[in-house]
Amino acid sequence: MNIHEYQAKELFRRFGIAVEKGGVARTPEEAVARYDEITAAHGQNAQVVIKAQIHAGGRGKAGGVKFAKTRDETAAVTREMIGKTLVTHQTGPQGRVVRSVLVTSVMKVQRELYFAVLLDRTASRPAVIASTEGGMDIEQVAAKTPEKIVKEIIDPALGMMPFQARKLCRALGLSGDLATAGAKLMLNVYRLFWECDCSLVEINPMAVAADPDGKVSVSPLDAKFNFDDNALFRHPDIAAMRDPNEEDPRDVEASKHGLNYIGLDGNIGCMVNGAGLAMATMDIIKYYGGSPANFLDVGGGASVEQVTAAFQLLCSDHNVKALLVNIFGGIMKCDILAAGIIAAAKAVHIPVPLVVRLEGTNVELGKKMLQESGLPIITATGMADAAEKVVKAAGGNGVKEME
Amino acid sequence: MSILVDQNTRVIFQGITGSAGKFHATHCHKYAGNVVGGVTPGRAGEVDLDGVKLPVFDTCAEAVKQTGANASCIFVPAAFAADAILEAADAGIALIVCITEGIPVNDMVKVKRALAGRDDTRLIGPNCPGVITPGQCKIGIMPGYIHKPGRVGVISRSGTLTYEAVWQLTTRGVGQSTCIGIGGDPVNGTSHLEAVKLFNDDPATDAIVLIGEIGGSAEEEAAAWIGEYCRKPVVAYIAGMTAPPGRRMGHAGAVISGGKGTAAAKIEALRAAGIAVAETPAVIGETLISLLKKRQRTRPRKASAPRAKQGKISKKPTQKKPAKRK
Repeated sequence: MNIHEYQAKELFRRFGIAVEKGGVARTPEEAVARYDEITAAHGQNAQVVIKAQIHAGGRGKAGGVKFAKTRDETAAVTREMIGKTLVTHQTGPQGRVVRSVLVTSVMKVQRELYFAVLLDRTASRPAVIASTEGGMDIEQVAAKTPEKIVKEIIDPALGMMPFQARKLCRALGLSGDLATAGAKLMLNVYRLFWECDCSLVEINPMAVAADPDGKVSVSPLDAKFNFDDNALFRHPDIAAMRDPNEEDPRDVEASKHGLNYIGLDGNIGCMVNGAGLAMATMDIIKYYGGSPANFLDVGGGASVEQVTAAFQLLCSDHNVKALLVNIFGGIMKCDILAAGIIAAAKAVHIPVPLVVRLEGTNVELGKKMLQESGLPIITATGMADAAEKVVKAAGGNGVKEME
Repeated sequence: MSILVDQNTRVIFQGITGSAGKFHATHCHKYAGNVVGGVTPGRAGEVDLDGVKLPVFDTCAEAVKQTGANASCIFVPAAFAADAILEAADAGIALIVCITEGIPVNDMVKVKRALAGRDDTRLIGPNCPGVITPGQCKIGIMPGYIHKPGRVGVISRSGTLTYEAVWQLTTRGVGQSTCIGIGGDPVNGTSHLEAVKLFNDDPATDAIVLIGEIGGSAEEEAAAWIGEYCRKPVVAYIAGMTAPPGRRMGHAGAVISGGKGTAAAKIEALRAAGIAVAETPAVIGETLISLLKKRQRTRPRKASAPRAKQGKISKKPTQKKPAKRK
């Protein structure tokens, strides 16, 4: 799960991490109230920055980051921004509608650094990463100048130790009060990462910057958070930060039915039991020249309700030209699954060819049920056969007869 | 022989009184009769597994004391699973198989930290189908009948994709020594590499099928070791060629982040290590069989030690003339 920048800054404050003055606004009036708070703290000459709140980078170039010097300007910029659709390199061509803005004081940046906490899968422990190359894509830094990235593995039983933070600050060229401030920031960010069950906290840039009063410190100018979905049950406050407006509506619908769905751009809808087999099914469709419209794992014990919801979801995607159901029945028997498919296919009008490949427990009975159902189902034997048939079906020619 | 489990394995189920725990304990017991009891805190007494009555204990320690269990299968809910794993380890259980899906990553980080350096206990999973030595012992949720005793070791991160591969082997007459589902989470008890090492040392295993997927670098680490040290032929398949970056493909561990963990990179590493990579999931079985045949043809000239073993297994599929696919 991702969160908005204003929510990230609220979390930072909760963990004793200093951030710019200001806050979220959903109307021009609220934005002016934020402006007033900022000028009350920093004086009437303080400038504010207004940032569109969407879950995507590249806002600046798309007109989603603007400055204001007066109450009227603040109101005008906010009025223009809210409701606007921003298209950035991360939103796709359809863009994202701006529903709120973040109004903050403006920092004078002196140096841009990078700091992140994430899981090191090889070590099975958290790792903190720092670099002098702030404001850049860290993957590019890692590829071109790996010596500019320093890393510390954290013992989860101890947490991040102050000496580790001091080592990183030294590597970043921070000294004196700035080193103290940097270390404090790092330790607090690690604590946030661990206590909130994050899978990633990336601060880029972590800036050496002066606030409007001229006080220089180290602060998190922009931050990206990912949370471990499996741990959200113990963080209801963070779960409440979820913004369904920022998610693919198909994904939201799927999660209501306990389905694991990810929408893609292709034209072959897939329904598979098991995540690994679902990925493999997408791959083999591609191998036979087709293009998968989605990843969909109906789980090991798919019920009639789930299969019905899955069909509805697949059919709601108008790019879909054919459907492939690939089920390896284990403990869940093929005849039960076939009954589910038949019931669902009767309940939902399926406007495109449907290819079904069943394998596993009671497969013969399941296949027989599908054939006798009277539904125009194309049955397939094996994954290669299924992929070939569905790719042909999606192409609109050479749809094979029922077997 | 085999690895991890055999006919002498004595299994308890943690969470045996829950519906999933009871259902799968029943099926595991029907398969080879290795289940000796269960644990559910506060529910000590008895459980009826389709006519077979087995004791239920409040703690793992008590269960081990009373039944002599040396393996555990965990079905407790995700929020309590880390505690259950460590309880089993504390009770001295040598093999802990955790089926539970959806355990918070940080919980598993703590479990790994707590088990670090302990060579008296091994965790398989979590979020895995389990471990099976065909005909001898099944600990997990896989359908028993798709397996066949034999000499190929199977390692995989996923459930149904493993069944797919195993079924391809079985229907072609190729049996398995042991099949291990290591689980789809980013932090798991036993890695691909550790499983490969176990099979490499197992005299009853002649070849290895390694099924991986996008995310992390466990397959690359296994590949590097195999290239250097593995004495047995390895066939691999990697799922997720078409997965978009930044999206979690069902498994918590299956995500391409920051350009890392792509299927292409994994396949390249595997091929560089001399591993035969199946192009599609439909040809995992065929790829193994043709590799074994090729080896059999080239073997007679060399007089190396593993030859006899190699010959033994590669003969199996050819001798039996498995039924051709429909």
